[in-house]
This record gives sequence, structure tokens and C-alpha cells, in this order.
Amino acid sequence: MPAQLSSAVDLIAQLNRGETSSVELTEGCLQTIATQDPNIRAFLSTNADAAIAQAKAIDEKRKAGQSVGKLAGLPIALKDNMCVTGVKTTCASRILENFVPPYDAGVVEKLKAADAVLVGKTNLDEFAMGSSTENSAFQVTRNPWNLEHTVGGSSGGSAAAVAARMVPLSLGSDTGGSIRQPAGFCGVVGMKPTYGRVSRYGLVAYASSLDQIGPFATDVASAALLFEVISGHDRRDSTSVDRPVPASSQTVEQPLTGLRVGIAREHFAEGLDREVEAAIQHSLDVYRSLGAEIVELSLPHSKYAIATYYLIAASEASSNLARFDGVHYGHRAAKFDNLIDMYSASRGEGFGPEVKRRIMLGTYALSAGYYDAYYLKALRVRRLIRSDFDAAFKRCDVLASPIASTPAFRLGELVNDPLAMYLSDIYTISANLAGIPGLSLPCGLSSTGLPIGLQLLAAPFEEEKLFRAARMFERATEWHTKRPK
Amino acid sequence: MYYETIIGLEVHVQLLTQTKIFCGCTSAFNPDNPNTQTCPVCLGLPGSLPVMNRKAFRLSLKTALALNCDIARFTKWDRKQYYYPDLPKGYQISQYDLPFSSHGFVEIDTDIEKGETKRVRLIRAHLEEDAGKNMHDESGRGHDSHVDLNRAGTPLLEIVSEPDLRSAAEAKKYLEELKLLLTYIGVSDCNMQEGSLRCDANVNLWVHTDDGQKIATPIVEIKNLNSFRGVEQAIEFEVARQIEEWEKTHAKIGDVPKQTRGWDANRCVTFAQRGKEEASDYRYFPDPDLTPVTVSDEFFAEVKAEICELPASRRRRYRADLGLSHYDADVIVSQGDRFTLYFEQVAKLCGDGKQAANWLTQDVQRELNARNLGVDTFPIRPEVLGGLLQRVTANQLTVKSAREVFAALLTDHDTAYEKDIRADLSTSRVEQIIAERGLAVLTDASAITQVIADVIARNPKPVADFKSGKQAAVGSLIGQIMKELKGADAKLVRQMLIDELSKP
Repeated sequence: MPAQLSSAVDLIAQLNRGETSSVELTEGCLQTIATQDPNIRAFLSTNADAAIAQAKAIDEKRKAGQSVGKLAGLPIALKDNMCVTGVKTTCASRILENFVPPYDAGVVEKLKAADAVLVGKTNLDEFAMGSSTENSAFQVTRNPWNLEHTVGGSSGGSAAAVAARMVPLSLGSDTGGSIRQPAGFCGVVGMKPTYGRVSRYGLVAYASSLDQIGPFATDVASAALLFEVISGHDRRDSTSVDRPVPASSQTVEQPLTGLRVGIAREHFAEGLDREVEAAIQHSLDVYRSLGAEIVELSLPHSKYAIATYYLIAASEASSNLARFDGVHYGHRAAKFDNLIDMYSASRGEGFGPEVKRRIMLGTYALSAGYYDAYYLKALRVRRLIRSDFDAAFKRCDVLASPIASTPAFRLGELVNDPLAMYLSDIYTISANLAGIPGLSLPCGLSSTGLPIGLQLLAAPFEEEKLFRAARMFERATEWHTKRPK
Repeated sequence: MYYETIIGLEVHVQLLTQTKIFCGCTSAFNPDNPNTQTCPVCLGLPGSLPVMNRKAFRLSLKTALALNCDIARFTKWDRKQYYYPDLPKGYQISQYDLPFSSHGFVEIDTDIEKGETKRVRLIRAHLEEDAGKNMHDESGRGHDSHVDLNRAGTPLLEIVSEPDLRSAAEAKKYLEELKLLLTYIGVSDCNMQEGSLRCDANVNLWVHTDDGQKIATPIVEIKNLNSFRGVEQAIEFEVARQIEEWEKTHAKIGDVPKQTRGWDANRCVTFAQRGKEEASDYRYFPDPDLTPVTVSDEFFAEVKAEICELPASRRRRYRADLGLSHYDADVIVSQGDRFTLYFEQVAKLCGDGKQAANWLTQDVQRELNARNLGVDTFPIRPEVLGGLLQRVTANQLTVKSAREVFAALLTDHDTAYEKDIRADLSTSRVEQIIAERGLAVLTDASAITQVIADVIARNPKPVADFKSGKQAAVGSLIGQIMKELKGADAKLVRQMLIDELSKP
């Protein structure tokens, strides 16, 4: 069995025992990418030479007995909306097709300090706007479990790369479910930290008040380890929170006693796939068998979450994407008559249809005369959604729900129906609006052999609890050991 | 019928921080090396985030307090969105509906001689970032335009007045007072040439008709006035133009959209720029990258304590405590904080505010101008000048002699300066000069008595005239005595002479 089939935590143990080397692992990953990725198309770019050189340096460091970082020698992939000095960062958009940032994102600095090996950048829906990775300007990523199905999105490339064991770890960003939903569709663990836990510095913004970077891994403990590495205060991000990072990787194996698992009535409504519902009910049985109490409760404002989300996210996006104007960097139209023409031609050519749709939606929502009715009202509803969760977490430790109403849908199935695509985010979006942490882990397989994900949510900054609760389930089940063929 | 001019000013002031408002780049004026003071944040690169400069907020708060503003304890930043090449993010971070300060005022002198003042109310002051600078090809050959982002992200304070100003002269006076105040509290250098203080003027008329109606004409905004003289001239031009316009069209406010005009300083005319109807909807919304600021009581108190005595208060104090005229107080305070400190030291030592003011506004000012010096580098230090003038106050030296000593000190300095050495300009040198030149006023009564006796003996005619009741006859006698004494207290001499002549 090739080394990289093991979990990241196991790989580190193997590296430390000298059973494998970072070069061997990195070469193995690059080899798998070479054979698998032409079908899956998870990567937008790889960095073979630099990765091997980095791996070599870390192997030598380890051999010389020098202290090494927490991820020393582990290959990792990054969603292509995080800046790495000297490495193209495209956001899967024509407008940034040739953009090479001169600086590292906060998380990239942390990964480098932890001696992780950056092997490549992964595909996404353009500017992280989408739920299937079909909105990439460059390629469609296919689900390793069934190439006719989507990987979910927007961090589809990062989810697929881990699912197909092309890398043991990857990072995604989650604005409305963009880590958790593809993790669910690809049968891996994906986690969105509390808003403010991980620095957004160097993450190309989609919706600033919702975006958060988080880990993908094959198992809970490895996700906890990566979460621990990337978390922490960054004074370059004013919304980053200055509080200690829990040692989640140390405590993840400790089960929680007296665990209360909440389920929200609203999460088991019409439109939920029967197999998905059965898998979630079965998961609750697993928790019961582990001694947990299941608490039924309500999130009364969750029905407004999608409308609220698309107003706030689109408003912020319309502003965040204004900087792509063809003046200072990025795509500039070849032909134009005047300044206004240059702006509209460059943006018209550079952005894809979904990005344009959201820019227009956001521009409209922020316009004079509409601001109060849309944006301001959305902010008020957002507070109500947060209060729902505050109330819920007084009665339970974690909330369990589906990740999506169905397993991975077929490629092309929703891409021409934006509203249906928006509605597919129904289970994940509230966590972003409320700023709370959430995690997706495998909890079943459909009759057609597609993974089903269980979502767990926790109160703000309770990531440690989230990982421990998830690990309890994982230890009692076999789903995380299943791999696509 | 008559016209009343209505003016409101929007002033942008660059704050004296070391670094830009949202990043660590220097905010120094550097137009010669474009784009050398930039980083991912002020270039607006994807993924970069702003972090509020504490010092910028502190200076803003200090200014607002000095401008008598109400301070909002909770404030936030908003994005003002529009497209322009000098605005790299496609929005300017500014403050919209919750500025950190509002409802202040500036007091200006409207008639110095009469001591008349006026309160110009301020609507608000808010903190925002500056844009970069577009540089267009001026050769007329249609070469590329360039953008310099060195200035992008410089902290700016925007101070918006109510339309309380009634003439170009008042507008200028308001700007002068504002500039003086800002430099006193050290928040800006207000260097207009470097663009640290820029002004937009909103101008319109109130037409008072003969039947007692008051009609407002459309408001015109004159953009980017970068000198006080420019402000004055532009408003004067605009008032004349608007009167003409009114007479032609009788257009009232609201009849036509608000117009934006530029100022051509060479031709001394305003010219139409884009109409406001084309101006964008700025789609303001709270910047999600910045956290709102809550001003704590401690921070508030700390900043308040940093504010020095303001110009208006100093003028009042100089008039009330030192007996200065409105004019003198204004002249001294207008010279700035350092000058007033020099003045106060001299006034305290010499014990006569008026005398100190005369010297400062005439002798010292003249020499500073001639030498192109600031008061801090003036060779005669305030304790020396104060000591010299104290002798005048105490009747030990005449004003004329003090001037001679003052000139001698400066000659000493100039001679030494040419030889590249330092002159002794201390109080002991002052004493030496007085002694060498015999300038000390004689207070030795016996010496004065002797000279009086001699002069009386030599002038029987005036003596007889005096004794027969012609008081004026003493004049010529005093003149002769003073000439012989070469520096004596004239009052004392006069008294002693009259006493002598009045003896039976």
C-alpha cells in the first residue's frame, strides 16, 4: 500500500520513525496526481520541483535531529484562492489567470513554519462562488467516487485531492458550506473553524464577514492537527480573534461524557433524500449507543438563512471584487475606447456568469433606496439566526444535521438552475451567518455508492468539543476507511 | 434687492502619522519616486486586509476635541464605492452614517479691531484614507497615463462646516484659523503645497428681493482648492458668476442639479466639471474587514489631556492678563505655538506684556524675516531678551538703549557666524554692552542734582519764566539735563528739577 494512503497523523508517525521520508511521500503524491488527476482534475497547478526540494530539506532537518514543525514533511494542497509568494493564485478566474502574489497568506506562513510541503493549488468555483466547482473558468473537477458526479464546492478541488489520496491534507475556504459540503460529497473530513479563528490575510475575499479557511483530511484527528497549525491570532486581520488555540490534536481521542447531541426540527423537513435521512438517523443511533443524549430543538429563523446569506455574501462580494478592474493587475481587455469602456470590457471578459450574477445582485442590494430593505434587514436576520444557535447551544453540545439534502448530484444537473444550486447550501449556510464552527464527516454510502456526510456544529470557539464528538463517531464506525476505487 | 453669499467648506487634512492608515508603509510626501511606498495592503492586492492605525485615530480624536465636537463613543468604517484608477480597491474606506465626531465649531475673528468674532459650526469630522494620484501625459501627444500609489492610504481627516460663511474673506479667515489650530495641536503640518490641506467649497446665494423674499440659488461645489488665496479668488469669481447666472436664468435651488466646478488658478476662473447627476451612487456599507471602535473613558481622557491651549484661548488670555490689544494678541498667536512660548517667556521676565508684544511683533519679527529664521533658532534667547526688557520696565534702561543692545547682540552673532564660531549672547554680555557704552540710566540722585544745579545756573531766563508761572519752560531745561546725563530716568529728572525750581 502506497504510504500516502495512510492518514496524516499516521504519516507523521511513520516519518518520525524513519519508515518513510518526505521525499518518498511527496513523490508518491505527485505520482498519484499524475495518474489520477487527468480524470479528476482537482489541481489547477502543481509545484513538483519546489515541493521535492522542500521535502528534501525537511528530511535532512529531521535526519540531523533538528526540531521540525508539526506537519514536517507532509504534502498539502491549497485551494487556489490563498496567496503564496511567487505562485500563481487564480481563484479559478480569467481575471486573475496570470496573477502571481508577492506575499504569503497568513495560513501559508503557518504551514511553512510547520514544515508542510506545498505541492499544488486546487480547483474551485470561480472566487469560491458555487456549490459544485463547475463555475471554475478552467476545468470541472470530477468526484473520485463517480466521475459523472460533482465534488461539491466551492472547495471541490481540495476535497477531491484528499478523497483520491493525491494528498493527505488540504485547505479550503468556507463561506456558506464550501468546505463541509464537498467534504460530505467526497467522503472526507472537512471543517470550518469559528469566524476569526484562522487569519483571512492572503485569502482572496469572497464575502469577508463569512469567509473562513479550514482543513480537509481523511480522518478527524488529522483535521484537528491541521486546524491547530493554521489557527491563531494574526494582527494583519482585524477580524482575527486573539485567544489561545486549543490543543485539539492532543485531546481529540478523549470521548465526551454526557454528550448532548442536538437535532433541529427544521433540518429534517421536506426535500431531504431518504437515504441521507436514514444515514443521519443511523448516526444518531451511534451517538445514543455511545451514551449521548439526543435533544430535539428548533432553529426558528433557519428558513431565512439562504435569503439572508445571498444578500450579505453578494453585497460584500460586489465590493470585494471591485478591485479587479484591469488597472493595476489581472486581466485587462485588449481593446477599449476610454476608461469606462476599459473597466467594463476587462470585467466583462474576466468574470464568469455566476460571479457576474452575484456582483449584480450585491450591487443592487447595496444601492441607494434598497440598502435598508435588503442589506440592513439581512444583517438583522443574521443576528436572529445567531440567537437561535446561542439558545440551541444552551441545550446541547453539538448540533447534528445532514450536510446536504442529497449525495453528490450529477455534473450539469444544477449548473443551469442557480436557485436550486443556492438551495443546496441550506444545511451549511447558517453556520457562516452565525460564525460558529462546523465539521463534516463520512456517515454512510448511498445505494449508488456515493458518500453521505454528517454535519456537526458547535458553539463559537468550541472546536475542541467538535473534534472530540466527531472522533467518538468515527471510532465507532468504518465510514472513514472507505475509499473511492 | 441684494445678494447674500452662502459658503460651506469641506477640508481634507493629512494627519501627521509615520505610517499610512491601514498598513505600515511610510506616509511621507514623495512624488518623485512613484510607487515606492507601497505594499499589498495599499496596493489593494487580492487577499490583503486593512488594520486601523491607532495613531491616526488618536490624532483624529484630538482634533475633534479641539474643534469642540461631540465624540461618538462607538464608530465604524464604511466603504465608499466608485471606480477610478487612483483607487486601487474600487472603494475608499471612509465613515458614512456614524462618524466619530460631529457638531463642533471654530471661532473666527470677523473684525479684529472691534474684537468681533463668529462661530462657524461644523457638521462633522471623520477619518478616511486618501487615494493615489493619476498622472496624465501633459505633452498633448496622448501618451499613457500613470498612477502613483505612494499617497494611497494616507490618513485624512475630513472636516465639514455648516454653510455659515458669508464671504470669501470669512472663508479664508476660517481656513487660517483651522490651520493654526491644527498646527498648534500638532496633528497636521497643513502644508498646502504638498497637499496636506485641501479644500472644496460649496457656494450659493441668497437673493433678498425688494418684496422681502429670500431665494436660494443652486449650490455649486468648487473642487480641489489648494491655496488660501485660491479659495478666496475662486469664491469671489463664483459669486460674481452666480449673480450673473441668477440675473439671466432666475434658477432656484433644486431647479438644476448640483454642479461641480474646478478652479483654474492661472486664468482665475472656475469651470464646469462633471455634473452631479452622473455621479455614482456610492453604495456605502460597513467595511466587514474592520472592527468598529469603542472609545473607552481612559482613552478619551488621555487624548483630551494631550491638547495644548488653543489659539482662541491664548488670544483671550493675552488680552485679559497681559493687556494686549486684539490686534497684537492676534498677530502673536498667528505666529504659532513656538512663537507664543517665546513671547510668554519674554513677557513674564520683563513684566510688561505690551512692551514684550511690541518687541516681538516689531524687532524680533523683523529680524526673523530678514534672517529667514524661526523663533526656535533666533540667536537671542527669550530669557536674554526678557532680562533686557526687564531693565526697561524697571527704568534702568531706555527703550532706545535697549534697541542698541539688541542690535549689538545681533552684530556680535553675525560677526561670530561669519567666523564660524558661537557668539556669547548671554545676559552677562548684555551687561557688558550696557557698561561699555554707558547706557545705564543714572539713578544716582547726587549726580543728577549736580547737573540740575549746573543747568539752572546757566539758564536764568527759562528759570525765571518757570517761576513766573510758565510751566512749559522746564522742557528746554530737561532736554539739556538729559543730554548731559546721557541716559537717565526722564520722569525722575523732571520731578527733581521741578522740586528744585519750586524751592522758595
